[in-house]
Amino acid sequence: MRGDARKDTLVVLVLGLAMIFGLPLLIDPHQLTVLVAYGMLALSLGLIWGFGGVLCFGQAAFFGLGAYTFAIAGINIEESTLPLILAVLIPAGFAALMGAFMFYGRLGDVYLAVITLVVSLILFRWLNTTAGQGYEIGAARLGGFNGIPGFPILNVPGRPDLPIWGESLYYVAAFALLIVFLLVSWLLRSSFGRIAIGIRENEERVSLLGYDIRARKTVLFAIGAGIAGLAGALYATWAEVVTPNLFSLQQSSEVIIWCIIGGLGTRFGPILGAAGLAYLKFQLGQQSGIDNMFIMGLVLVIFVLLLPRGLAPEIARFWLWLIGANRRTARRRAPRAGGQNG
Amino acid sequence: MDLAVVILVEVLYAIASLVLISAGLAVVFGMMKVINLAHGEFMVLGGYTVITAVGLGVNIFVAMLIVAPLVVGLFGLIVERLVFRHLYGRMIDTMLASWGLSLMMIGAFKMIFGNTQTGVTGPIPGLTVGDYQINGYNLFIIVVSLLLLAGMLAVLRGTRAGLIARGTMQRSDMAAAMGHSPDRIYMTTFAVGSALAGLAGAVMAPLVGIVPTAGAGFIAKAFITVIAGGPSLVTGLATASGAFGLVNQAFSFLVSPVIGDVALLVAAVVLLRLMPKGITTRFFRGRL
Repeated sequence: MRGDARKDTLVVLVLGLAMIFGLPLLIDPHQLTVLVAYGMLALSLGLIWGFGGVLCFGQAAFFGLGAYTFAIAGINIEESTLPLILAVLIPAGFAALMGAFMFYGRLGDVYLAVITLVVSLILFRWLNTTAGQGYEIGAARLGGFNGIPGFPILNVPGRPDLPIWGESLYYVAAFALLIVFLLVSWLLRSSFGRIAIGIRENEERVSLLGYDIRARKTVLFAIGAGIAGLAGALYATWAEVVTPNLFSLQQSSEVIIWCIIGGLGTRFGPILGAAGLAYLKFQLGQQSGIDNMFIMGLVLVIFVLLLPRGLAPEIARFWLWLIGANRRTARRRAPRAGGQNG
Repeated sequence: MDLAVVILVEVLYAIASLVLISAGLAVVFGMMKVINLAHGEFMVLGGYTVITAVGLGVNIFVAMLIVAPLVVGLFGLIVERLVFRHLYGRMIDTMLASWGLSLMMIGAFKMIFGNTQTGVTGPIPGLTVGDYQINGYNLFIIVVSLLLLAGMLAVLRGTRAGLIARGTMQRSDMAAAMGHSPDRIYMTTFAVGSALAGLAGAVMAPLVGIVPTAGAGFIAKAFITVIAGGPSLVTGLATASGAFGLVNQAFSFLVSPVIGDVALLVAAVVLLRLMPKGITTRFFRGRL
């Protein structure tokens, strides 16, 4: 077991580093930065949905919350280290509250999806109305539909005069993603992660074994939100503006599409789906014949009908072959989307 | 006194529009357990049908009450055959496929009708109550939604088709054993639900301008109304719409329309926390 883990970490490191330094040769680093941020957002949903069985329709809410936290705290503090930490902690705290509210109420999957969707809609609606003078947090004006421009971007810790942008921002973001990926891998190998997967497979059985599933789901939900918040902060420093559109239905839907197409129940699949589809969207944005959303919708319908497990199982097989893991685990049935109650 | 009348009409209108928006979804989701996230876009399709039909010279009432439900019902039928038929019983997959469908429809609307707001003018003039002016069209919506509720109740309770549909939704194997084809009944029910969505979109079209992305504004309200309503189709629809419409209008009057919408959504979240299976599991049990 321990040997497997070490091998896995090694392969992740080698492949990750190869990709971090290899991809800028193919794609513009400026574009890659946002692909990395999206990848991290997808990883966060992949963690709570693919491994924890919690289908959150409002993952974009945490992404947006992270971005707004980074912007607002940045304006007030004029330095980016603490805002970056806050951008993780505040979405996580918010998710912990929401999770406590939902999981302790023992809501079913569908109701959970609807509530998370509704919460992100509430934030979206509310932020759109904050255009007036009265809506300020410290020195930051929320700015309604136009969002918040001109906040300090990421800088070298403790040195506000040394901003990180352009190519170096890409490397910071990519290494952040690699670290988060390794942390997620570690979490999934820990007993907490194993029990989370157990809850996905059979909630009742795990609770009969004496584990408090409500608390565990809440914690997992909060961790996922924290990762999404970090992704939001990276996005904010890349885009240099945050708008309520981060909370929109479209943003939430895209995260789910990324996970589905990449493949649930894998760590790498959602990242692949996010980067691939976001890149596709960039390319499509440059043509005007067929509407972008139409193609995204078509892709989603086709995947759900024909390839509901996504691309990752194919790649995962290759992966397991690479680290020489037992063949049987490779062929094990991938989890169905949505867990037990769906 | 006059103000009271105006407020009463406004509250009734808010309730009626919730009933209208949610009726199609109540059939598709409440009965068939198909989570149709494209419900809002079905409504928008109804709206565009009316606009197109009126542009072609069809009488607006004919367009709203007959053409739009037919067109959207037919569209629902085609979509059911192509997509949803394969996904019954896989709730999450249905949800995702319908989301894809909704994105496709938004994209198609943008390509066909352009990314601008289009509308038709309401066919009914305003009324004067004392010092106040009431939109006469609001009264029309109230009447339509009342007729709709009565019609649904009558069909489900009074007709053989309604009985068979309800039976099939409960035990499709039993229905099949008695010689009915569940496949065909599911198909018809989905088409009827789509037609209701088309009707709703058509009737709402003169009030809210139609844009390709207008569906998103309907979908959340429709879902929380149907889910909060619970298992009893008509009673649930009426009670949940009543509760939410009241909350929405109260906060709209006291604060602002946007806060009214937010209050509606907050009320829904709290209600779901208290009664996770909907109002009609606690009250009005066993009614239709």
